[in-house]
Amino acid sequence: MSTPLLEVKNLSVSFDVSRPWLNRKLEGQDKVLLKAVNDVSFSINKGETFAIVGESGSGKSTIARLIVGLLKPSSGDVFFEGKSLSAGLEGAEARKLRRRFQMIFQDPFASLNPRWHVADIVAEPLRVFKTETGKQRREKVGELLSLVGLSPEDGAKFPHQFSGGQRQRIAIARALAANPDFIVCDEPTSALDVSVQAQILNLMKDLQDKLGLTYLFISHDLSVVRHMADRIGVLYLGRMAEIADAKSLFVDRQHPYTRMLLDAVPDLGMTGKPRKPVEGEIPSPLDPPSGCVFNPRCPLANARCRTERPELRLYGPTWAACHAVEEGRDKAA
Amino acid sequence: MSASAPPGRRPMGLFSRIIDSDIFYSFRTSPVAVVAASIALILILAAVFAPWIAPYNPFDPRTLNLMDGYTAPMETSFAGNYFLLGADHQGRDVFSTILYGSRVSLLVGLSATLFAMTLGVSLGLIAGYRGGFTDAIIMRICDIQLTFPAILIALLIFGVARGLIPPSQQESTALYVLILAIGLSNWAQFARTVRGATMVERQKDYVAAARIMGVHPLFILVRHILPNVTGPVLVIATIGLALAIIEEATLSFLGVGVPPTQPSLGTLIRIGQQFLFSGEWWILFFPALTLVLLALSVNLLGDWLRDALNPRLRK
Repeated sequence: MSTPLLEVKNLSVSFDVSRPWLNRKLEGQDKVLLKAVNDVSFSINKGETFAIVGESGSGKSTIARLIVGLLKPSSGDVFFEGKSLSAGLEGAEARKLRRRFQMIFQDPFASLNPRWHVADIVAEPLRVFKTETGKQRREKVGELLSLVGLSPEDGAKFPHQFSGGQRQRIAIARALAANPDFIVCDEPTSALDVSVQAQILNLMKDLQDKLGLTYLFISHDLSVVRHMADRIGVLYLGRMAEIADAKSLFVDRQHPYTRMLLDAVPDLGMTGKPRKPVEGEIPSPLDPPSGCVFNPRCPLANARCRTERPELRLYGPTWAACHAVEEGRDKAA
Repeated sequence: MSASAPPGRRPMGLFSRIIDSDIFYSFRTSPVAVVAASIALILILAAVFAPWIAPYNPFDPRTLNLMDGYTAPMETSFAGNYFLLGADHQGRDVFSTILYGSRVSLLVGLSATLFAMTLGVSLGLIAGYRGGFTDAIIMRICDIQLTFPAILIALLIFGVARGLIPPSQQESTALYVLILAIGLSNWAQFARTVRGATMVERQKDYVAAARIMGVHPLFILVRHILPNVTGPVLVIATIGLALAIIEEATLSFLGVGVPPTQPSLGTLIRIGQQFLFSGEWWILFFPALTLVLLALSVNLLGDWLRDALNPRLRK
């Protein structure tokens, strides 16, 4: 395999969530660190869609923000075409790299400046990267708006004159303006109506085919992920539980957490298969369980799971971090 | 699903947009706002066009006639001059001095508010956006300043400036010192409000999108965040203008404000109160009435603006 477009290696980040210094000293407390992302590694090949799924609070959005440089990792690094991103996000080199990745946000009501005309919003990357100027820039904005299914005349309006789905189209147009290779999509459809979701997802797929884009797709919605992703990483409490091809994940899941998630998906085929609800809640990342972080909710947990942390290992086509899978306990159950 | 604009929602010109806006509707339907705006507008126009409106030039000693002194309102003096609002002890027309006086008051008030706004908004933006140590320093200075009455700080700055400037230039620089003193005593309100609003805006995704592109922080502050925090600034600026006018009047009343050759409303009130008990009430009454009308109308406008810009109070 050639070098992946994006490679994430042992990425970790902690947030300082302690009380203010004076309160801490007066009440004799220690610093409190929240490990939001813990030793996560994966790679994304050119032209594919890599999805990260997980419950609320599992660290999905944090990974997205780390990759685009909004947050600095505590340890580990992100490589874009083999170049380290954390080493130097300054200067001309960084400018060139930044042009190549963009982000689409979850909330289309917050991701567009309400005081700017749509044309200015879409043109911002063109202005920042000084690719087109004057008349060319206006033409390019018109092209981009038509590309995402809006009309070039919409550029004269303000974001509040559009619906959620249309705004997400504007956000996509802005992301495309920089002519990127790689787009981080942080739950791009979770704020939209179901009917509009499909339109936006199909638009994103079409654009991927047309422009050869690579997506990192973050979602909690398994049906959306199934529609979009080539490969899927299942995130649990800041750790990767399983990384697999989309096909094999839905057919032959390894990790008990993945099974739990998939068993909870409503069965539209009406096959009469009993549906198991997801049990328990994600524990607080302030005080994660010892050993495997999933052990308090895992039906297969034993003493080893409570003390020893499992590593990601390859089982057939799938990477999973689970002692039960390693020992074959899952097949027996 | 290209959204072709329905004919009614075409982008309009600036004027028709203002007429059509919610704010203007709220203005039209609020009698208090309309009356306050009219009074403020009349006073401001009268001040601006004082040299053309005033029947006398009260600061040209050649035109003054001591024989006119203490002429009561709407009376003709011994020298044959008519005074609408009476004349003071030096024979100056009270109506004309008020016109010129409110000119000084408004100039100082507006400049000081503009200065306080520029300083406060810039510091508030920086504090809110940078956070951490920078924020702590700026906000503690704010807190300390807010524990003192504004007038005390203005007096202090005025005193220090007096000590630094050589006496020969004191008269010519007095106006600027006054503007500086009042401006510096009022910036904290702006800084606090803008900081809060900036902290909210900073978290929004449109700022994140700009940061991902590597947009310069200064550009993010001025072009992205500033337009989204102007609402509350406008309200504070309006109410601050009324406060600055009163503050200037207070300083002038205390005798530390503008030089006597350029009397403001406060100076006129100070002069007038010497004659209150001897029966020449008009020398005090009319400048004081003008000051009250000016401060009240601007304040009421500020109140209305606050309500109009607050979506929760919108009916």
